[in-house]
Amino acid sequence: MSNKVIHAIYNDDDVLMDAVKQTKKAHYHIEEVFTPFPVHGLDKAMGIPPTRLAICAFIYGCIGLTVATTMMNYIMIEDWPQDIGGKPSFAYYQNMPAFVPVMFEMTVFFAAHLMVITFYLRSRLWPFKQAENPDVRTTDDHFLMEVAVSNNEDELVKFFEKTGAVEVKVVDKH
Amino acid sequence: MYTFSSKLKTFSFVLMLIGALGIGYGFLSAPKTIQDVETILAAESHGHEGAHNAHAVEKHDAKAKAEHEEHLTHVLHQLENKPWAALYVACIFFMLISLGALAFYAIQQVAQAGWSPVLFRVMQGVTSYLLPGSIIFFVILLLSGMHFNHLFVWMKEGVTEVGNPNYDHLIAGKSGYLNFPFWIVRAGLFLLVWNLYRYYSRKNCLAQDESTDNSFYKKNFKLSAAFLVFFIVSESIMSWDWIMSVDPHWFSTLFGWYVFASFFVSGITTISMVTLYLKSNGYLENVNSSHIHDLSKFMFGISVFWTYLWFSQFMLIWYSNIPEEVTYFKTRIEQFNLPFFGAVVMNFIFPFLVLINTDFKRITWIIVMAGIVILFGHYVDFFNMIMPATVGNQWFIGIPEISSILFFFGLFIFTVFNALTKAPLTPKRNPFIEESKHFHY
Repeated sequence: MSNKVIHAIYNDDDVLMDAVKQTKKAHYHIEEVFTPFPVHGLDKAMGIPPTRLAICAFIYGCIGLTVATTMMNYIMIEDWPQDIGGKPSFAYYQNMPAFVPVMFEMTVFFAAHLMVITFYLRSRLWPFKQAENPDVRTTDDHFLMEVAVSNNEDELVKFFEKTGAVEVKVVDKH
Repeated sequence: MYTFSSKLKTFSFVLMLIGALGIGYGFLSAPKTIQDVETILAAESHGHEGAHNAHAVEKHDAKAKAEHEEHLTHVLHQLENKPWAALYVACIFFMLISLGALAFYAIQQVAQAGWSPVLFRVMQGVTSYLLPGSIIFFVILLLSGMHFNHLFVWMKEGVTEVGNPNYDHLIAGKSGYLNFPFWIVRAGLFLLVWNLYRYYSRKNCLAQDESTDNSFYKKNFKLSAAFLVFFIVSESIMSWDWIMSVDPHWFSTLFGWYVFASFFVSGITTISMVTLYLKSNGYLENVNSSHIHDLSKFMFGISVFWTYLWFSQFMLIWYSNIPEEVTYFKTRIEQFNLPFFGAVVMNFIFPFLVLINTDFKRITWIIVMAGIVILFGHYVDFFNMIMPATVGNQWFIGIPEISSILFFFGLFIFTVFNALTKAPLTPKRNPFIEESKHFHY
């Protein structure tokens, strides 16, 4: 079965934003938009549900905090109690202020690194991965919108030529 | 144009009246002699162990008696200070709220922020309290200097005089900086310059509405940049002068920042709450949920910033364990345990957990709830800065403290909402007003 898509190419992010809104309004199915830089508000215009990465970040932060607390409790209280500034060190909570920087840093460390890894996995990016963008110009100064075709090729081509695209082509997607 | 609803006006007058009565009661009921203090302490220790008092009286020993009397005099001074300190904390807190809002406003001007011009009139409304606030505050400072109260121990007579029983070597060493004339001149200068900036910046902003070019806007930009430079220096000095000097032996190098974070977040929270109030009454039609969201982000962010400074100041002093420094926190942990740690809960843990969620930053009742907690938390924060050195273990949040808050809160509401009626709530010809109206996050 042939799997045809339209590639509409723009050279301005504002024109692209308008085109995306018009396409949504005309109820054509946008498969993907490729841009050389993040375009603010594009995800909302495309109707992509909001990211759940923030929830992951919160969970990772909690894991980091737990790891730091367990670690410091073992090292500084149970295994080899340390006298810090002459302050009581018989229980974790008594010496807690001294451990706050470690707890904070571990929270940030876990949240940041695990979030980046999650982001890569979710975006299907890994080492030696072949780039998915269909046109090299999308890494430079052009914006590309990919729209599914379902027996309405001519109609779509006409539609996109009117939205200010600098180039519209029909491509067979394998 | 906003009209000051008569309901709110009456409310503010009622607050001021109740506040004034309570403040008067606080002053009248303060003990006058050590005999009064003895009865108060006896009543307090009734049912407790009562160790100190009973013990000293039983002995009939001359030395113990002298010590007992010294203790009573000390408590008398603390109780005499109590209504003054209550007034002082509430007065400086509300004045600094408007100063924090003024700093926030100046930053918006200098950054040429595109999102905030629709909120400029609200910010100017909040900063309008700076003038009455600073006049009252200056009067209290003058009265302190004329020995109507003993909030500032370094003003005591003979403190810098060698051989005087009151002589204090450490304060004498600082007297080149910490003396009444220089201190009051600094206070006058800072208050004057802040108020001048507020006056001219407001004037230019109104003139820009009727103007044909952007010259008034540019003037405001330059004025705001100059103000911010002056502000950050004067703010540090003011925090040493008006707050840190109640503990004249103690010092902390990041105290200025710490105080700044505290009143900056209070100022932003107040802007946010006034905005929500006006919005709920059908004004500010150009303010959308993105503006509210941004203000909430600032409330969240500066709360975390405050915590960072609070903790940095605490941890370094706590673990370095230098006696003259760590005593500051020893007093607070032992005698002010609840307000000291309660402030961290109210200013950090609560807003952090509530405002971390993106959707919650737009829900009115959640912002108002978090805002009320933040404002109370920062009042308690200022309470913790002033009370231990002036009132000591005689502290209590009772009639004088609550009345002082009510009085200044009433005055604040009256001044702010009165100022809001004076000009249209949307600046007409600000060069960024269109961007601000269409601001969308």
